[in-house]
Amino acid sequence: MAMPEAAIAASAVPGSLPPAAEVVLPIAGRGLVVRRGGRTLIDGIDIAFDGHGLTVVLGANGAGKSLLLRLLAGLVAPDGGTVTWGGTPPQRRHAPFVGFVFQRPVMLRRTALGNVRYALKAAGVPRSMRDAIAHRALGDAGLGDLAGWPARLLSGGEQQRVALARALASSPRALLLDEPTSNLDPASTLAIENLVLAARKAGTRIVLVTHDLGQARRLADEIVFLHAGRVLERAPAQHFLDGPSSGQAQAFLEGRIVL
Amino acid sequence: MQDLGGAFGEALRLIVQLDRDLLEIVGLSLRVSLSAVALAALIGLPLGAVVAICRFPGKAIVVATLNTFMGLPPVVVGLVVYLMLSRAGPLGELGLLYTPSAMIVAQTVLVTPIVAALARQTVEDMRSEYWEQLHAFGVGTGGMVATLLWEARLSLVTVLLAGFGRAVAEVGAVIIVGGNINHVTRVMTTAIALETSKGALDLALGLGIVLLALVLGVNGLASGLRGMVARHGHA
Ligand SMILES: Nc1ncnc2c1ncn2[C@@H]1O[C@H](COP(=O)(O)OP(=O)(O)O)[C@@H](O)[C@H]1O
Ligand SMILES: [Mg+2]
Repeated sequence: MAMPEAAIAASAVPGSLPPAAEVVLPIAGRGLVVRRGGRTLIDGIDIAFDGHGLTVVLGANGAGKSLLLRLLAGLVAPDGGTVTWGGTPPQRRHAPFVGFVFQRPVMLRRTALGNVRYALKAAGVPRSMRDAIAHRALGDAGLGDLAGWPARLLSGGEQQRVALARALASSPRALLLDEPTSNLDPASTLAIENLVLAARKAGTRIVLVTHDLGQARRLADEIVFLHAGRVLERAPAQHFLDGPSSGQAQAFLEGRIVL
Repeated sequence: MQDLGGAFGEALRLIVQLDRDLLEIVGLSLRVSLSAVALAALIGLPLGAVVAICRFPGKAIVVATLNTFMGLPPVVVGLVVYLMLSRAGPLGELGLLYTPSAMIVAQTVLVTPIVAALARQTVEDMRSEYWEQLHAFGVGTGGMVATLLWEARLSLVTVLLAGFGRAVAEVGAVIIVGGNINHVTRVMTTAIALETSKGALDLALGLGIVLLALVLGVNGLASGLRGMVARHGHA
C-alpha cells in the first residue's frame, strides 16, 4: 500500500500528524441501519466526527455501541445508510489513518515490537523506518523493556497497551476504541487513559466507547448517549453529566436499569 | 519359509548394519514422500487459506469437496495418474511413468487435498479472531493469507506431518505409477509387499520396522506439537 511521502515523513515524528491523514475526516454515518434476526440493532443513526477532541460513547450493554463503532470503521456493512471517511466510502489505503483498538487485544504471534512493525508495514511505512518508529511507539507506552517479548505472553494490560501503541504508531488521524479498559485493573486502565489523552492532545480525533461513567468523566470532551440502537443525546461532557435531557440517560447515570 | 524368530533377527541385523539395499529403499521413500509433501504444501496451504479467508458463492461446495477428497483411495489416484502419464495419456510425452517423478506426482495428488482441507480448517478458526483487526490495519486478502498462514505455523506443521504419514505409508498409488522396479522405484511399502509375497521376510520385516518407527515418530511429533499449541496458544 502506498503512503504519501508527507505521511511517511510525519510518521517518523510521533506527535505530529501527516497532512495526508486529513482525508479520513469527517468520519460519518448517514441513516445507518443494522438488522439481524428480525431485530433492529442500529436504528437510523446519523452522526459525524470531525476536527479534534475526544468523544465518549455511553450506553447500556446491548445499546449498539460496539456495532456503531465497527460500522464507522468500515468493518461491518450496514443494511441501510452509508459510512464515509472524508466524504468517500472507507478505502483500504486510508485504513492506517483510522486506528481501532478492540475490547480484547488481538496480538499477532510475534514480539511486541513485531506487532507494531507489522502494522507499520501494512501502513506502507518503508522497512528502514519501521524499527525506529516501533521502538518509539512502545517507549511512549512505557513498554520499552518488553519490546522483545512474545506479545501473547504479556499480561492483559500490557497487551492492550501494545494494541494502543500499535494503533498509534502509524500516526492515525482518528482513533476508535471499544471499551479498551473493561477487562483491565486500575493501574493498566490509568496507563491506557494517559496514552489516549496524550494522543488527543497531539490532535488525534478520538471516539471511545465505554460504560464506565468514571472514565467518561475523566476523558470526555463530549458525550454521545446510545439507547436501543439510537443516538438519544449528543452534548458537551459537563453538560451531559450534570443533567442529561432524556429519561433513559438520566436512569443510566443513576445506575438504574433501562429497558 | 524362514522361521519368524530368525527373520526378525536378520531384519534387525539389516537395520543395525545399515544394509545397502535397505538404505536405498528407505532413502527413495523419504525422497518421494518428502517431495510430495513439499509440493502439497506449496499448493495446499495457500489454497486452504484462500478458501478459509474469502467469502464467495459456492464456498460450502468447495469446502465439502476438499473434505471429501481427503479420503481419496490411493489405488484410484494411482490409476488416474497412470492414465495421465501413460504413453497414450495427455502427459505421456513427458515419459514419467515408472520413475520416481511419477510417484511424487501421485503422492502429491493424494496429499494436497489433505493439506488443503486441514489448512482451511485451521485458518478458518483463526479468521474470526484476526479478520477485523487486520482489516483495520488495511491488510488486503493476499496479506491476510500470508499473515494467517504464518500465525498458524505450528498447527500447519502438524498438518504437513499428517500428510507425510499418509504419503509414506501408502502403497496403492506408488506401485501403479512406479512399478516397484528394483533400484529405481522400489520404496518401503512396495518392497514390503513384494518381499513378503516372495517369502523374503527379513528385508520385509526390516523395512516394516523402519516404516513403523517413522510413522509412529511422525505421529508422536504431531501430537506433541498439538499439545504445545493447546497449552501455549503458540505464542
Ligand atoms: N453480528 C450480530 N448478529 C446478531 N446480533 C448482534 C450482532 N452483533 C451485535 N448483535 C446484537 O446487537 C446488540 C448491540 O450489540 P453491541 O453493539 O455489541 O452492544 P454494546 O457494545 O452497546 O454492548 C446486542 O443485542 C447484540 O446481541
Ligand atoms: Mg460492546
